[in-house]
Amino acid sequence: MSPAILLVLALGLGLAGWLAARARAWAFKRDNSAKRIAALPTYHAWYVALWIVIPVVVFIGLWSVIAPQLVTQAVLAAPAAADLPTFGFQRDAILSDARSVAMGDTVGVFNQAANALVEPYRAAISRYNMIGALCTLVIAFLTGVWAFLRVKPNFTARTRVERAVMVILLLASLVAILTTLGIVVSLVFETVRFFGAVSPIDFLFGTHWGPDPMSNPDNPDGTRYGAIPLFWGTIYIGAIIAMIVAIPLGLMSAIYLTQYASPRTRAWIKPALEVLAGVPTVVYGYFAALTVAPAIRDLAFSVGLTNASNESALAAGLVMGIMIIPFVSSMADDSIAAVPQALRDGSLAMGATTSETIRQVLVPAALPGIVAGIMLAVSRAIGETMIVVMAAGAAANLTGNPLEAMTTVTFQIVAMLTGEGSFDHPATLSAFALGFVLFIVTLGLNFIALSVVKRFREVYD
Amino acid sequence: MTEQAAPTRTDKFEARLKRRYAAERRFKMAGLGAVLFSVGVLLFLLVTMSINGIGGFQRAELSVPIDFTQAGLSAAPAGLSQPSAVQSLQAQGLPQVVEYFAEESLGKAGADQLSDNAWRTVADQIITNPAILRGTEEFSLAASPKLAGGLGGEGSAEMQSLAADLAAQGKLENRLDLGFLTRSDATNSQMVGIWGALKGSILTMLVTLLLAFPIGVMAALYLEEYAPKNRWTDVIEVSINNLAAVPSIIFGLLGLAVFLALFPNMRSAPLIGGMTLALMTMPVIVISGRNAIKAVPQSIRDGALAIGASQVQVVFHHVLPLALPGILTGTIIGMARALGETAPLLMIGMRAFVATPPAGFTSPATVLPVQIFLWSDEIDRGFVERTSAAIIVLLVFLLLMNGIAIYLRNRFEKKW
Amino acid sequence: MVTVVHPNLEQNDAKMSAKDVSVFYGDKMAIDRVSIDIPTKYVTAFIGPSGCGKSTFLRALNRMNDTIPSARVEGEITLDGEDIYRSDMDVVQLRARVGMVFQKPNPFPKSIYDNVAYGPKIHGLASARADLDEVVEKSLRRAGLWTEVKDRLEDSGTALSGGQQQRLCIARAIAVDPEVILMDEPCSALDPIATAKIEELINELNGSYAIVIVTHSMQQAARVSQRTAFFHLGNMVEYGRTSDIFTKPLEKRTQDYITGRYG
Repeated sequence: MSPAILLVLALGLGLAGWLAARARAWAFKRDNSAKRIAALPTYHAWYVALWIVIPVVVFIGLWSVIAPQLVTQAVLAAPAAADLPTFGFQRDAILSDARSVAMGDTVGVFNQAANALVEPYRAAISRYNMIGALCTLVIAFLTGVWAFLRVKPNFTARTRVERAVMVILLLASLVAILTTLGIVVSLVFETVRFFGAVSPIDFLFGTHWGPDPMSNPDNPDGTRYGAIPLFWGTIYIGAIIAMIVAIPLGLMSAIYLTQYASPRTRAWIKPALEVLAGVPTVVYGYFAALTVAPAIRDLAFSVGLTNASNESALAAGLVMGIMIIPFVSSMADDSIAAVPQALRDGSLAMGATTSETIRQVLVPAALPGIVAGIMLAVSRAIGETMIVVMAAGAAANLTGNPLEAMTTVTFQIVAMLTGEGSFDHPATLSAFALGFVLFIVTLGLNFIALSVVKRFREVYD
Repeated sequence: MTEQAAPTRTDKFEARLKRRYAAERRFKMAGLGAVLFSVGVLLFLLVTMSINGIGGFQRAELSVPIDFTQAGLSAAPAGLSQPSAVQSLQAQGLPQVVEYFAEESLGKAGADQLSDNAWRTVADQIITNPAILRGTEEFSLAASPKLAGGLGGEGSAEMQSLAADLAAQGKLENRLDLGFLTRSDATNSQMVGIWGALKGSILTMLVTLLLAFPIGVMAALYLEEYAPKNRWTDVIEVSINNLAAVPSIIFGLLGLAVFLALFPNMRSAPLIGGMTLALMTMPVIVISGRNAIKAVPQSIRDGALAIGASQVQVVFHHVLPLALPGILTGTIIGMARALGETAPLLMIGMRAFVATPPAGFTSPATVLPVQIFLWSDEIDRGFVERTSAAIIVLLVFLLLMNGIAIYLRNRFEKKW
Repeated sequence: MVTVVHPNLEQNDAKMSAKDVSVFYGDKMAIDRVSIDIPTKYVTAFIGPSGCGKSTFLRALNRMNDTIPSARVEGEITLDGEDIYRSDMDVVQLRARVGMVFQKPNPFPKSIYDNVAYGPKIHGLASARADLDEVVEKSLRRAGLWTEVKDRLEDSGTALSGGQQQRLCIARAIAVDPEVILMDEPCSALDPIATAKIEELINELNGSYAIVIVTHSMQQAARVSQRTAFFHLGNMVEYGRTSDIFTKPLEKRTQDYITGRYG
């Protein structure tokens, strides 16, 4: 019985409790029609139902994590498991093979050694399923009866149910904190492990990146983990090339839409620009690899540069710039529109042309918002993965030539974690260290962007 | 007074004014140019994908007439399951029959270019309609990728001439391949389909929606209606705003470190993928939910409170129904983003070769963007077309979702 | 600040009673030690220039100030002798007994029927369809709206005219059978004809409920109320029979306000 079935069972028991409690509360109402009872029968019903369902759901959650481990333990203790290798990939493969046959997912075993384990698996699975179902019933019964006995005319069911609702809402909000905490803790944990093997100085300041996932994990060569080429590639593609494309196009588009375009044009063009942000990055990456990169290489050939590579930083940067345009233009649009009309009118009334008004008055006034928009766009660009994976390349080059292949932090995170190495190898852990750096930098950029807006926007209030 | 003209009426001023107007025109043109260029690139991308993708909905097929009266095959007994029926036909020698008639019709070179699994197509048709076995039937079977390339004018010279010959005889042509939408991943470009990835995407989206929507809406309600103005509330708000700005690949790292540690048997399952994407989508739903809730006027709440409704009743009877259209719009937009996400799902292992559609939420699966990514590495020209076709399917879904969101927003947006 | 209370007022049971009530928003004092008895069978009017605190005081009577985090109430307010600010007082029940009509009509965006039926439903006063029908018809009749809407009860409450919406809000308040009805400038958003209808309604309801009406129109106070309290800068300056307040006020400030010296 999977957790899903237990959940349905829990809901069914909750429904039973709901109906029983409501009937009891109706009985009270009839008998005491003179006095007002403290709460409507529905609230008594919900009180009992919540007391049944919530403890059971908590149990099911814990059980779905613990039970597989218990089953595995039981199987390993069986006599048939004596000849298994003691750890590692082989053992896991055999175990999962036996498990999928036992559960009926597959028909035949892939690995002959797994045959012997199918029976122990079947036995353990059915035993723990029964235990799980039994515990569910017992818990539901105990909590349900206890709650049912509290249903009385003067029982303030409504207040309690509403307080429970509020607590549930609060817990939902705490998921956000939990997630942030989870990110920070897991990244820090693995990063610390990484820095135990490779020194932070080598990582942050080294200029050669070429980890070997197959090498001896106990004695990693720190000089191969220098991340400077990655930082350089990330900045070059995301903060330089992409911004050279996105800032002029985004800013001028925003200016045109707010100052020159008719409302009808604006109504069509603005959503069209938003669509740029909605195209999945994998599509952009494919476009970059299929169309843009070869075009750049051909263009370079025709001009006489024969060593342009097939994957270039320029291709990735250009396409990324296009993708980022809506981020720049949207925030610039909002900031320019927020400048009081009085400023614009004052400038025009003096005889300035529209472009002079824009350049001399509006843009400087909207500058904090525009700068914040650019920072948010940079933050988005350096965190982008698929475009660089598909168009930029794996070569960790420390060069200024945009026509060469370059790699970025995000690319290496993907590369290190989808390779052949085991989970404990420093090469794999380096991905977490890179992720941690990325997390801190993007968070920092966002924080600065928001404080820039907050600090300088007060001028007009 | 003096006869001197005002400084603003001199010739010098007029000349400068001309220059200023010229600069104004240039500036305006630059703005228009920027807008047109941006939209133009978007259109160029879409058009390129569409052009490449049209070919992806077709494939090269060879026509092979088979006369079953000479073959001596008998239909599988009714009631057998599909795999067993196919096995029985295979045991009777169906593949050899097909090969024989292929050689008869196409010549040896042509028959060699028949896809290895072409006989399965014949088997499927026989199982659905056993009456075929009593007469002759013409089958349209998938050709090999090399021959398909030859038909398109690529590849080796001999393939191209073979393809030209067969096409001239009317035996080889490109036909609409709707099977693309019902088959799963395969090793050659003629036999691939996107259904496996599509189903994986649907299952993953379902998990994401079921997790992110309730949690997001509940958190938005709490923050707007119940939360006291203290430091803890600020911490929650800041966390949510930060999470909305974190790059998606970080969520993949989180999923790898936490979810796969908790459920090690379910690498690449839609359940794990859905949970990871839910964490990423939840902040978006909270932020748009809060805006929708903020837009409900205070007078409605006051009216309900004054009549003696409790805080919970005010929120669930009055505020939530009115904020629901805005919340739904934000949810759909968040889900559309999640549908197109690739990087986090690569991290948790959804990059394997999955040849059958996932059976449930805990089976190995892949999603459409990842499938596109995996195919993009293939150099075969046929895969370029298939990849573009898959991109078209993905874009159609996204267009649909965004269209529904915009429709909802326009229909239900109340001007208070 | 001591209120000047007119002598020789007829005895009338006090439905609600305020003793030395002060209301603060943060550190700012909005109401300064006001004491007043709200009689059961009369309409009491609160008048005074804008910003003098009459609405704030009104909202203290049904604890709507609780929704403002910085608001603080000191002193004692009782309903039938019970302190409404004591910790075990159920504020939900209080608001069912002390209803409120707001300045700008705020019908729920539901049908007319559901607007009126909402209160009885959540308080459990009626649940069967037949009972609800009866309550809705009774309340709409008392609010003078039944003949106009009886054929379109399923239409949205927000589709009515301003005056009709306000009568709908009054019907909604009546439907839970309150003992006190508080009205916060109920006619200031309405045209003269709608205003006249509402005033007519108040006269009809007079005697069935204890009504407190905040108004900035002295003529309106004179037309509908039997007792009037004059507020100025957070103090209740004078209280007495409506006719006396307007013809022979005892305080100079009251006189200045009534004669239009400020307002």
